[in-house]
Amino acid sequence: MESQLAEIVQHTGGVIGNAWLMIAFPLVGAFILLVFNRFTNRWGHLLGVAMSLASFVVAVLAFVELLGFGEEERRRAVHLYEFIPGMVDMGLLIDPLSISFALLITGVGSLIHIYSIGYMAHDEHRRRFFSYLNLFVAAMLLLVLADNYVGLFIGWEGVGLASYLLIGFWQFKPSAATAAKKAFVVNRVGDFGLLVGMFVIWTTFGTLTFKGLGEQIAPGTENGTMLAIGLLLLLGACGKSAQLPLQSWLLDAMEGPTPVSALIHAATMVTAGVYLVVRSGAFFFPEGSGAALAVAIVGAATLLAGAIIGCAKDDIKKGLAGSTMSQIGYMMLGAGLGPAGYAFAIGHLITHGFFKADMFLGAGSVMHGMNDEVDMRKYGALRKVMPVTFVTFFIGYLAIIGFPLLSGYFTKDGIIETAVHHQPILGWLAVLGAGITGFYMSRMVFMTFFGEKRWADDVHPHESPLVMTVPLMILSLGSIFLGGYLILSNRLLDWLTPAVGAPAVRPEFHFTSVPGLATLALVAVGAIIAWIKYGRVPVPAVQPRGSFLTTFARRDLYGDALNESLFMRPGQWLTRLAVFFDNRGIDGVVNGLAAGIGGSSGRLRRIQTGFARTYALSILIGAALLTGALLFVGNI
Amino acid sequence: MNGDFQAPTIEYGTLAPLLVVFGAAIIGVLVEAFAPRYLRKPIHVPLTLLSLAGAFALVLVQVMGGQVSTAPSAMGALAVDGPSLFIWGVILVLSFVCVLLINDEGHFVASAAAVPGSADEEEAEAHSGGVGHTEVYPLVLFAVGGMLLFPASHDLLMMFVALEVMSLPLYLLCGLARRRRLLSQEASMKYFLLGAFSSAFFLYGIAMVYGFAGTVSLPGINRAMAAGNTLDPLLLLGLALLGVGLLFKIGAAPFQAWKPDVYQGAPTPITALMASGTLVAAFGAVLRVFWVGLGNLDWNWRPVIWVVAALTMVAGSILAITQTEIKRMLAYSSIAHAGFLLVGVMATYGSAERNADSLKAILFYLAVYGVTTVGAFAIVTLVRDPGGEAGHLSRWAGLGKRAPLLAGVFAFFLLAFAGIPLTSGFFGKYAVFAAALDSGTQAGDSVGGWMAGLVVVGVVASAIAAFFYVRVIVLMFFSDPAADGPAIAVPSMGTVAVIAVSLLVTVGVGLYPEPVLGIANQAASSLFIR
Repeated sequence: MESQLAEIVQHTGGVIGNAWLMIAFPLVGAFILLVFNRFTNRWGHLLGVAMSLASFVVAVLAFVELLGFGEEERRRAVHLYEFIPGMVDMGLLIDPLSISFALLITGVGSLIHIYSIGYMAHDEHRRRFFSYLNLFVAAMLLLVLADNYVGLFIGWEGVGLASYLLIGFWQFKPSAATAAKKAFVVNRVGDFGLLVGMFVIWTTFGTLTFKGLGEQIAPGTENGTMLAIGLLLLLGACGKSAQLPLQSWLLDAMEGPTPVSALIHAATMVTAGVYLVVRSGAFFFPEGSGAALAVAIVGAATLLAGAIIGCAKDDIKKGLAGSTMSQIGYMMLGAGLGPAGYAFAIGHLITHGFFKADMFLGAGSVMHGMNDEVDMRKYGALRKVMPVTFVTFFIGYLAIIGFPLLSGYFTKDGIIETAVHHQPILGWLAVLGAGITGFYMSRMVFMTFFGEKRWADDVHPHESPLVMTVPLMILSLGSIFLGGYLILSNRLLDWLTPAVGAPAVRPEFHFTSVPGLATLALVAVGAIIAWIKYGRVPVPAVQPRGSFLTTFARRDLYGDALNESLFMRPGQWLTRLAVFFDNRGIDGVVNGLAAGIGGSSGRLRRIQTGFARTYALSILIGAALLTGALLFVGNI
Repeated sequence: MNGDFQAPTIEYGTLAPLLVVFGAAIIGVLVEAFAPRYLRKPIHVPLTLLSLAGAFALVLVQVMGGQVSTAPSAMGALAVDGPSLFIWGVILVLSFVCVLLINDEGHFVASAAAVPGSADEEEAEAHSGGVGHTEVYPLVLFAVGGMLLFPASHDLLMMFVALEVMSLPLYLLCGLARRRRLLSQEASMKYFLLGAFSSAFFLYGIAMVYGFAGTVSLPGINRAMAAGNTLDPLLLLGLALLGVGLLFKIGAAPFQAWKPDVYQGAPTPITALMASGTLVAAFGAVLRVFWVGLGNLDWNWRPVIWVVAALTMVAGSILAITQTEIKRMLAYSSIAHAGFLLVGVMATYGSAERNADSLKAILFYLAVYGVTTVGAFAIVTLVRDPGGEAGHLSRWAGLGKRAPLLAGVFAFFLLAFAGIPLTSGFFGKYAVFAAALDSGTQAGDSVGGWMAGLVVVGVVASAIAAFFYVRVIVLMFFSDPAADGPAIAVPSMGTVAVIAVSLLVTVGVGLYPEPVLGIANQAASSLFIR
């Protein structure tokens, strides 16, 4: 049984009435930095940070104002302007769900901005970097704040554009340019799904606003059309959130500067798919429907795939990327369980935002001290030279493996328990995934911070400046406390209920449930294996050959190979075939048409003789025709 | 009446914008007569700009004050209703920015009467110090006054007077280009001859209609039609001849032949004024004649306008393809846009609200198209060869590499002309086509089919038109610049302002059309005074 969402109330005035400022600040920042480009070189980064912080302040104020309303009135729609007449009005929806995202995006986003001041200090294009960061934040905010699918889609594409610009920021590296293009192309596949989904929504319901859909769709409706829309939206979500089968771009996306990876992985972009599913949940993914099951299956499959990939990576950023895939898989799994899972999925999204940003920025800090080396086999024993980075990274690590009482423990355990309850098979797969997480994350920590020095000769690691470590400290505080605060006594669940619906049974957090204890046991086993393999014995500086399983994981489960043989090569053949037919057949028609139009243009042009007498004659003939036509029409 | 003379009543408040413009024009003539040469321009420029701004302010006062009149003014000669005021506002803004372009030196000849290339001309040129004819300013003001009068005329005679007041100064202005004197004089001559020819048709049409209705007042004609025999050949002939005069002014096929020649030969700021202000005024008049004066005859004129609209869109788009001169290309584009606007004129089926919808669409289209047009011509003035503006398209090759900002802005204007989303042009076209489809659906299946057919023609024509717009963009950005390519003139503050305003409006309305749509809607909702 589905519960109704709270009604959406029109709102004017106050901070919420001006919530567009949240989007406007970073957008203006990006605009100024891009338009006045090198004139802003000296203070551009500060402007970028200020705009992001201003947006955060607005988000906080809007949040406070939203708290002032009763629970049933916390969905406020703000009308901005008529966008496409008769079809779409641009408006924002400020409700518990969107404001949670806005707080995460602007909060963590601002920390990443601040961190980037230090990280990009020596890059000559730092100002341009900040303009893209601002653009990214603005697009992501539009995505989550829009009160209709069109606005969401514009933000969605804006995020795609910004990610393209940022992943390829060091475009002089061919690998970065390729990675950016790959991210863009793979995302296009997902966008296509979202777009077609929107078309179907429009033809079926004649509206694209959340409010309009809420009025038209009875809770729990299931039929073929709804399933089709659900699957199309899921395809879109898979693209942005790097879920199977559209995961391949995420690992390559590490070519961007590290703060970008943090921004993409923690606060923005990959969370967009989860947002889309949760936002559309009440309409197209009702609890127990086929579409919801598809979401859960995709999530479970991705969480395992990501974890396995994470086990075999020696590149610290790629290891973290695998873990992002995996953690987003958990969120998707939660989002596929209906209202019971939403609170945990969003909770995990928020805590993950903190500990993943913490670890990515920590990895960036390590790279900063190690001359941009990313191979963990060349790290080792860094805990002494980088104490702050080590401690903050270690906290993030404990949070992600679900060490009791840290943030990740509460949110991930919530997802696992709900999944075991609703979809036992998927739930136990998630338990297994948690065990693997324990292994690969421990491996990463051991290889980086413990063991022997395996540094290259000219590397002199040092702790990063305060502008980089202070954001790390703040993020690790969130990684410690946030999860417990949100999950215990169901604070997040109650807060989100007006926006996503209430679960049939109110969950309670048990510290000693069977799946929870099993998870902890498996995580411990994983960590111990990692200790045996990477902590106790020296890590070889050169990658050993490894079993075929290791190769399988190193090659990203042959995702690229699969894409290449299934899509790229047939695609190339298809394009060749198409080009062939295009040249022989279609071009003939098109060129013929163009030649026809051009030719008629050339012939008609001769009427334009340049003689006034010819023109006068044409007027006279025209007048005669007009008169004749009118007399003729009149006498029909 | 017993022979008493009754003093006419004039609503000075309502007509104030007109009076300001005409008053300033007359003062301008006096300045020409009495002020020394070196003082003329310094007096003219502020006088012209202030009078246009003042007239605009007076229009605003009427609109803001909610004093839009609901009855004809000046003894039934003029109708200053919502649509009129909107059109006035648009024309005043457009002419204001055109005057900013006119202020630039080097557009106008010093002595139009001298034989091109003769010693006389050189002497006059040397005397004037590059300023050229300062008569341009009062002439422009008279033309603008005519443009204001034209769409607000409530009877046909007034409309004829307005037509001439608008056209005569323009004939002169076309011949004042400083470079390519022969082309300019030819343009002026052709425009004058053909304009006079079409005016004669218009006047003859008035006579015919008067013969039928016994009045020249537009609502009077409409009433006479309701009472009398609408198949009277006198009426139908009159309608056809009136149509010729009006369709000539908007440049609809088959009366479009003058447009490319005149647009090419005229000084570019004047071309900008004609392509924006005159078109807006002429469409205002078309709407008033066809909707107010001939409203009861719409089943007769609509099929004919259907054909004219289709022909105009297709002819404008197709002929533009083979143009090699930038101003001629823009002229054909203007013809095609006149066709798109005629689609909106057709959309009068159904209720008064429907009419308001189509009226809103046309007003919106006129406003945004006018602004983009002025911006595009302003850029044309900046790309120069030693002999004047670099008109030939081959000279524009590779401009994107040499002046990326300028070429980028021009490319954006072209996209707006093509009606690409996120530009104002998209919403203009969308509004007009949507209104046409809506009103067709309202009227029933067969009419709906015809309207849908016209919209299909419009969309196909847009696709053809997109080709030649994009071709220029490709030329600018994807071909190599010529070694001796044109120089980019350093723009004056005025030109920069014109381009910036056009760009802002084109972008702004493309992203956020509601304010302009809202104003157009408010203006349209009162409909025409009948």
